[in-house]
Parts: sequence; C-alpha cells; structure tokens
Amino acid sequence: MANKRLYLYPVWIRLWHVINALTFLALLFTGISLHFASAEHSLIPFQVSVGIHNVCAIILSFNFGVFVIGNMFTGNGMYYRKWRKNLWPKLWKQFLFYAIGIFKGGPHPFPITKKQKFNPLQKVSYVFAMYFGMPLLIISGIALMFPEKISNSIFKISGLLFYDTLHIIVGFVLSIFLVIHLYTCTLGDKPGTLFKSMINGYHEEHE
Amino acid sequence: MKKPTKLFSILLLAIASTLIAQPDDTLKLKPSYFEVNDYVEDNEGCFKCHGEIKYLLEDVENDRSATKRMAPCKIVDRDKYYTSVHKSFSCTDCHSYDFMTFPHTMDLRFEENFLCMDCHGYDETYAQYHFEEIEKEFSESIHNIADFTCWSCHDPHSYKAFMRNADDLEEAILFDNNMCLRCHADYDRFAQKTEREEIVVVESHDWLPNQTAHFAKVRCIECHTEINDSILIAHKILPKTEAVQRCTECHSKDTRLLHTLYKFQSLEERKGGFVNSIMINNSYVIGANQNVWLNRLSLLVFGLTLLVIVFHTYLRIRKQKKS
Repeated sequence: MANKRLYLYPVWIRLWHVINALTFLALLFTGISLHFASAEHSLIPFQVSVGIHNVCAIILSFNFGVFVIGNMFTGNGMYYRKWRKNLWPKLWKQFLFYAIGIFKGGPHPFPITKKQKFNPLQKVSYVFAMYFGMPLLIISGIALMFPEKISNSIFKISGLLFYDTLHIIVGFVLSIFLVIHLYTCTLGDKPGTLFKSMINGYHEEHE
Repeated sequence: MKKPTKLFSILLLAIASTLIAQPDDTLKLKPSYFEVNDYVEDNEGCFKCHGEIKYLLEDVENDRSATKRMAPCKIVDRDKYYTSVHKSFSCTDCHSYDFMTFPHTMDLRFEENFLCMDCHGYDETYAQYHFEEIEKEFSESIHNIADFTCWSCHDPHSYKAFMRNADDLEEAILFDNNMCLRCHADYDRFAQKTEREEIVVVESHDWLPNQTAHFAKVRCIECHTEINDSILIAHKILPKTEAVQRCTECHSKDTRLLHTLYKFQSLEERKGGFVNSIMINNSYVIGANQNVWLNRLSLLVFGLTLLVIVFHTYLRIRKQKKS
C-alpha cells in the first residue's frame, strides 16, 4: 500500500494525454514512412500514410488546443509556469540525481507534491515540448497540408522546403523527447508506477 | 500678323492630329518584332486580319463592305508569334504566297500544312532535338488518331521551347500543361478529335491529394507518358489505365521526376546534403528530397539517446541486484 497518494491527473488530462500519445505515435510512424518512402518498399503504403497522417494531425492539433485552453482555465496550468526561476542550479541538481543520486538511493531533490507535479527537468522539457515544439510542429504541418498557400520563397529557399525541414526537425526532436519521456516514466517506485498514475490519476509513493 | 506662339500651337496640334490619325496597325508593331524578324511589314498583310478579332470584308464590284468576326482558331497573336520558336519566319515561308490575295481561293483553303518532320526531320541541324524519336513515340502514343498532328498540341505560331530554356520552371510547367488543357479542359475542341466522353480533369484526378499543388508543380506528362531517356520530353502518351498512380514513383529517393521534369536541368543546383537536390531549386517533394546530413544526424542523436538509456537501465538493474 502506498504511503503517499496524490490525485494529480484529472480525467481531462488523462484523456488529453492518451489522445496525444496515440496520435503522436501514429504521426511518427506514418511520418517516417513518408520521409523514407520508396517505390519498391514502404513501411506503410504512401497514400495510406498520407491519410492517417492528415487525420491524426487534425486530431492532435485540436487536442493541443484542449491542452492550452484547459491549462488556462484549470489549476493544471500552474505546473507549466515560473519555469525560469533559478533554472540552472535546479536543473543541475536534478541531473545529478538522475546521473548519480538515483543509484545511491538518495532522496528525490524535488519531491512530488500537489503544488509541484514536475521536477525542474520535466518542467523545462514539458514547457519546451508543449509550448514551443508543438506549435511549431502544428504550424509547419498546417502549411504542408495546404502547400499551395505557402509563400514560394522563405529566407531565399522554397517555402515548401522551409516548412518541411522545420517539420521534420521539430518532429524528430519531439520523438526524442518521447523516448526520454517514456524512459523517465519508468523511474517511479516501480517501473510501472508512473504509467499507472496516468491511468487512475493518482501519484503513488512508498516512503 | 498672327502671334508666333499661336502659330506654334497650331503646328503642334497639326502634328498631334496626324499621330492620332495614324492607322492602328502601325501602333501594333512593336520594335521588338523588328529585332527578330525581317518580314514584319510583309507579315502585316496577314496579321491585319489574322492578328485581329475582326476584319473588313470588301466587295469591290458591288461597292460594299462589312466587318466580320475572325474565327478564333484562325487568329495569331503577334506578341506570341514574335516570341515563338518560329519568330523569324515570314508567313509565306510556310504558307502559299497566294494567301497574299484576298479573298482566299478554295484551293488555298485545302492547303496542306507542313508538319515538324517536314522541316526538322532527318536533318543534322536539328539532330539534338531527336525529332525522329519524337515521331516514333507519337506513333505509339494514344494521341496517334485521325486528324491529330504535331500542331494539335504545338501551335507553330506560338510554340516556345520552354522546358529546354526554362528560367522559370513553374511558367514552363504552366505552358506545358496548358497544351494538354487546351483540349482536355475544352470539350468543344476535344470533341473535334474524338468521340470519347468528356473528361473533367479535376474529377478524374480526385484521388490525387493536393491537386492544386501537383498541377502547379508538375506537368501532366510526368504521369501520362512513358519515360524515354533519349529525348527531353516524352511523347508517348499512355492510356489512362497505364498512367502513374503510385505516389512513390515520384515521392521516393529514386523519383521518376529526375527522368522527366528535371531530366536536363542545369547543374547549378543547391546541394546542401539534399538527395535529388536539383529539384529543390523549384520545389520540394516529400520522400524524394531527404537531407542526408539530417538523416545521419538524427540517427546519431537517436543512437546516443538509446545508448544512454540502455546504460542507465543497466546501472539501475545492477543497483537493484545489490540491494
């Protein structure tokens, strides 16, 4: 039985999260398939990839809107604010914990509380992923969805090339974020603890 | 005595009125025409009717005249003519000199037109254009039907070798596609050549994503011809059942666009690590324009991330075993 049980993930956050995760994964696989398309062999048939990619992109974009609006009008937004305060010392402390402290069984430098859902590394990466990466990914994706509307030249290169390269780079950075996010989610009390939190909404800790 | 200023004004007015009264035809002759053609004034004998939407029909015997409408297919645009591949020609280089008399006789109306091969075929001067290969391709093409000649697509009065000298590829694509659309988007013209049902291009391509972008960035013949590496522009138009419909024919590293649209493009290309980089001077094709450097960098970053994760997991397992 857990010593500490906090309700940190309300239903809307969990729903948003599962939709975000599934659509992002679909976008990732179809995106890779499109990028490395070949006449002889493709991971997923090109037209199927285009269809899935477009539909999932629209769902992901609306879902992102839900996230932003939800954070504006609920308490969940506070976890993404004031992330710059004393940033570097906090990041270093958290980094040292992941690099050394975790293997010595040291205490979490930033224990999870009702007011502090994320540690500084999580906070910064989530802010960057959600408030910088996602908008860039969505804007460049919308541009690619309507290529005829794109300006012919941006910074002296083809508009299509500009948005596509931006889309690919941001998509790649966010997929690296996904891999690290998935791994850090195994760093709970047990490898499955944090995944369970995202299902039942409760953060659990054994002291 | 009249004042000199008044006299000067009258003189100016007189000069101005003579200018205004000049016939329209001379105003239509631009200096650029004379730079490319030595027969501009002779050609005006034809253009005064065939360069206009209307002409004056005169019956000298009965002393009567009437303004008649010129058939659109008989109108030749001066600007287009004097910028076309045949811009230096006199009309009578290709048409009978008897056309200089009007009304034209019935015999002249049955005049057989020269075709490309009559002047360009089997001639070393034009060897680089491979007209013989083009003729062979056309003979195997779905367009090889009665009353369908080179002129059905390539109007000799306005044809430009756009693709060969394309500074602006999009303009060349538009010029090229308009050749197809002249019949395929105009049922009246289409019906003159065939008994087939009307083709609505937009509807028959409704399977194609981003239709507008495709129509603006590639030519119809990219998908509707068989690739031929020995000529610049393939002329073997395929039946619609054999047209390319697989996206990856173009959207892949080994894109067919390099054998069609970008075949003989100049090599002043922006490389920057892009595969098929000649294409990104004008466009960007998903799947065909991967950046090798970005691919390698992403593989490296991904590999390093996995390495760190595997090492971290190993240390965690080791620590767990110890405790």
